Amino acid sequence: MNAIPGRIAPAPLLSVEGLTKWYGHVLGCRDVAFDLRPGEVLGIVGESGSGKTTLLNCISGKLTPTSGEVRFDTRRFGLTDIYGLSEPDRRRMQREEWGFVHQNPRDGLRMRVSGGANVAEPLMNLGGRHYGNMRQATIDWLDRVELDTRRIDDKPRNFSGGMQQRIQVARNLIHGPRLVFMDEPTGGLDVSVQARLLDLLRELVRDLGLAVIIVTHDMAVARLMADRLMVMKGGEVVETGLTDQVLDDPQHPYTQLLVSSVLQI
Amino acid sequence: MSTPVPARANAPERYYNYAYLDEQTKRMIRRSILKALAIPGYQVPFGSREMPVPYGWGTGGIQLTAAIIGPDDVYKCIDQGADDTTNAVSIRRFFANVADVATTEDTGEATIIQTRHRIPEKPLKEGQVLVYQVPQPEPLRGLEARETETRAMHAYEEYGLQYVSLYENVSAYGRIAATAGYPVMVEERYLMSPSPIPKFDNPKMAQNEAVMLFGAGREKRIYAVPPFTRVRSLDFEDYPFETQTWEETCALCGAKDSYLDEVILDDAGDKMFVCSDSHHCAERRASGHVGPMAGHTLDQDAALKEPAQ
Repeated sequence: MNAIPGRIAPAPLLSVEGLTKWYGHVLGCRDVAFDLRPGEVLGIVGESGSGKTTLLNCISGKLTPTSGEVRFDTRRFGLTDIYGLSEPDRRRMQREEWGFVHQNPRDGLRMRVSGGANVAEPLMNLGGRHYGNMRQATIDWLDRVELDTRRIDDKPRNFSGGMQQRIQVARNLIHGPRLVFMDEPTGGLDVSVQARLLDLLRELVRDLGLAVIIVTHDMAVARLMADRLMVMKGGEVVETGLTDQVLDDPQHPYTQLLVSSVLQI
Repeated sequence: MSTPVPARANAPERYYNYAYLDEQTKRMIRRSILKALAIPGYQVPFGSREMPVPYGWGTGGIQLTAAIIGPDDVYKCIDQGADDTTNAVSIRRFFANVADVATTEDTGEATIIQTRHRIPEKPLKEGQVLVYQVPQPEPLRGLEARETETRAMHAYEEYGLQYVSLYENVSAYGRIAATAGYPVMVEERYLMSPSPIPKFDNPKMAQNEAVMLFGAGREKRIYAVPPFTRVRSLDFEDYPFETQTWEETCALCGAKDSYLDEVILDDAGDKMFVCSDSHHCAERRASGHVGPMAGHTLDQDAALKEPAQ
């Protein structure tokens, strides 16, 4: 990035290089490279089938890439290739330092246990063995995502879609991660609920200084949340830059098409 | 006390496929048992065979017993602590028939005790083997349905998820209300389901002198706790592990420290509490202990005559 004179750019939190994923002879994504610094929000936009989710899954350790490296600044090993770590180390690093907000809360929550237990689970995974403390932390977080704390013991199915998404957000932030992946976090919600959730997410991200990689096809979400954008088409990154720059002055024909296709009311 | 089986005329032939299973199967099961004993609490997969009883009736336990039993063994089988329930009686008769072993109800005398739902009250001794019938060997299954994932969790010792079930218990009931199949850590390494024994029996597993083998026939898993192994029941720092207690004593033998079953006596709500371990209770009564409701003899002749009128 362009370093400002007299200011040292912080070391990257995540560094992706030459990331390629083939599904047999079908291309998932090709030769993606970027750096993400602490506290930065990166948006990945593009139409359906452009490789956004493949890219996110590769970066978040869910899908082994065909080639390329994903280096993360882990607390225990420093900046290392996550696919070079042993499986237990990688799983532990994912548990301790990452969060993943799914588009569908059913993928990210345990539907058979209460909302409170869902939020507290990451604490137990990290060795929390004091019920009272975990209960208090859960209540604090439900309050923070603006949920009724009296409903802490309700099952997720008894919450509305927007509330389920808030539970999922609380569950992914309670253990203090440094990097959170979000896959269309506002995908299935109606506009007013979507706006409130986005507002909340933006506030939390700023307050906690989180680094976020957010995948979306919604330009409005990208505009609100992201500092920087990556535009994908056919598995390749066609344009990157600051969000306002990309959206206000798109250079690539595909980006121009994408920006001009947003419906105006 | 034990019932010896009379010698049979065709004894040599009977030993060709002794104890129901063929020699290759028993050998395979013994290998799995050895591996299970070498890695306490680890679930060893094995080629579970079809048995002459349905899944859920103790196919895993029967296969374990068949693999380790010999003509010199003395066999005891209990169901819910009692020697005289249908399932226990038929499994005991099965082994008396196919393995020509002596059977007993005496816990101290038995060398192999097959059990479901209880550990006998009398402390087990070196040289005894306790065989558990296990319906679901995977303690994490209720929370995580994927076998690939639970295997990884065991391999990497990621047991935080099990605490979610305890958390749910405390938030719903104000205490850890789980009573049976209460999860334990074996040698501080493997999380293990102790089969559906009441948590009252969990402390008996720790540093036990006997060999404890667990067999799940439908799920095709064998696991074991060797003698003198650390077994710790999971709990929270602020909600420590507790066993069940009763205000009542056994109505027949007056025992204060045994696991009690509640028995409804009539439609008026009368009830009694009796030891679930029938041999323990009988032994206490024989040595002179008397409970509040002891001393009634059932007039069987009168009971039989009455419906005829």
